[in-house]
Amino acid sequence: MPSYPIEIILNRQLADCLSIPVFITDTSGNLIFYNEPADKILGTSYESTGEMQVEVWSTIFKPLDESGDPLPPEGLPLVQTLGDQLPHHKVFWIKSMKGNSEKISVTSYPIIGRTGDFLGAVAIFWETKDL
Amino acid sequence: MIVSIKGVRGSVPTSNNETNLFGGNTSCITVYEDGCLLIVDGGTGIQNVKLPGVLPKRIDILLTHLHLDHIQGLGFFHPLFETTQEVHIWGPSGASNNLRNRLNRFLSPPLFPIHFRDLPCNITLHDISNSIFEIAPFTIQSQYVIHPGPTVGFRIKGKNSVIAYIPDHEPALGPRGLLTDTKWISGFDLMKNVDLLLHDAQFTAAEYKTKIGWGHSSMEDCIKLASLSGVKRLLLTHHAPSHKDDFLDEYLVGLNSTNENHLDFEFAKEGMEIDLK
Repeated sequence: MPSYPIEIILNRQLADCLSIPVFITDTSGNLIFYNEPADKILGTSYESTGEMQVEVWSTIFKPLDESGDPLPPEGLPLVQTLGDQLPHHKVFWIKSMKGNSEKISVTSYPIIGRTGDFLGAVAIFWETKDL
Repeated sequence: MIVSIKGVRGSVPTSNNETNLFGGNTSCITVYEDGCLLIVDGGTGIQNVKLPGVLPKRIDILLTHLHLDHIQGLGFFHPLFETTQEVHIWGPSGASNNLRNRLNRFLSPPLFPIHFRDLPCNITLHDISNSIFEIAPFTIQSQYVIHPGPTVGFRIKGKNSVIAYIPDHEPALGPRGLLTDTKWISGFDLMKNVDLLLHDAQFTAAEYKTKIGWGHSSMEDCIKLASLSGVKRLLLTHHAPSHKDDFLDEYLVGLNSTNENHLDFEFAKEGMEIDLK
């Protein structure tokens, strides 16, 4: 398999230095990297799972709206970024590994390389103040 | 394919008795096959490029990037001043500036006495990025690699052999250093299974610890990278100006003593010619 473009590699290296959860996907939504802080959200580690197909990792999240109703995938920032190659931001709730609803703030952005090509997307999970 | 080493020094040329053995000119090599000559990088080593008495109809110059140590000799390369000479320059474009605009910043007053547009030869500029192009008999792949500013490495395939040239490259940038999963190694596709790799090895491992993010590799990472890439022969290049001949000779002994993969490597030297049959 060819190596990733440097724009993806550098995003991984940056994510590896951060204390906030970061997820990196390819253009199809397959999870190609997540950093250590993201382990807590996924309940596993990148060292254990390696890359994960979109259909596998997307089912781990149970995103909910403020009423506790499930959010459709198209309402999630990362899915929107993969669709329109634009940044998105949203506050919503996810079921934690312990079964609690936790408020979370997610920012996603597209990785557009020097050549202008869309190469993948990044989602950053920020802690909200009332978490 | 004949690869000739014309300049091996990084950053700035050196001129003293203590660097004469490996050479003090900055980056430049030539690749020759079937009457076609590629000049790769235009550091001060370009002064050592010998052209036939009658100039070839066309000269191709490939630039990895536009840092001074890779273009410093370009403006003094005499074919650029021949009115009938066809010159093709291939180099990376930036996200918002093309090769012409970027080269023009150096090849114009006050840094250079002549405006780029006034060079008398017939110049064609080719913006490249992650590209594949042909200059017969060569097929050339360029790919962006990790180094400050738009920088490419080259994979040059001739009739029977293939080389890679990545003189400025920091694939170990990041908290975990050089990763072993090759999908995550910058430039891996260029280096994979080549007959000869010329690669950045500006620092020792100890020096690199204080130079992270400067865009260069340690000699130790360079050797590891070549082993991971299945390279048949490695020339470590882009020597730090402070690395004198004695130091490089001594350090090579140490590198060889830990060469567990039995990789064929040495330091690039000005004047070397490698004939890849």
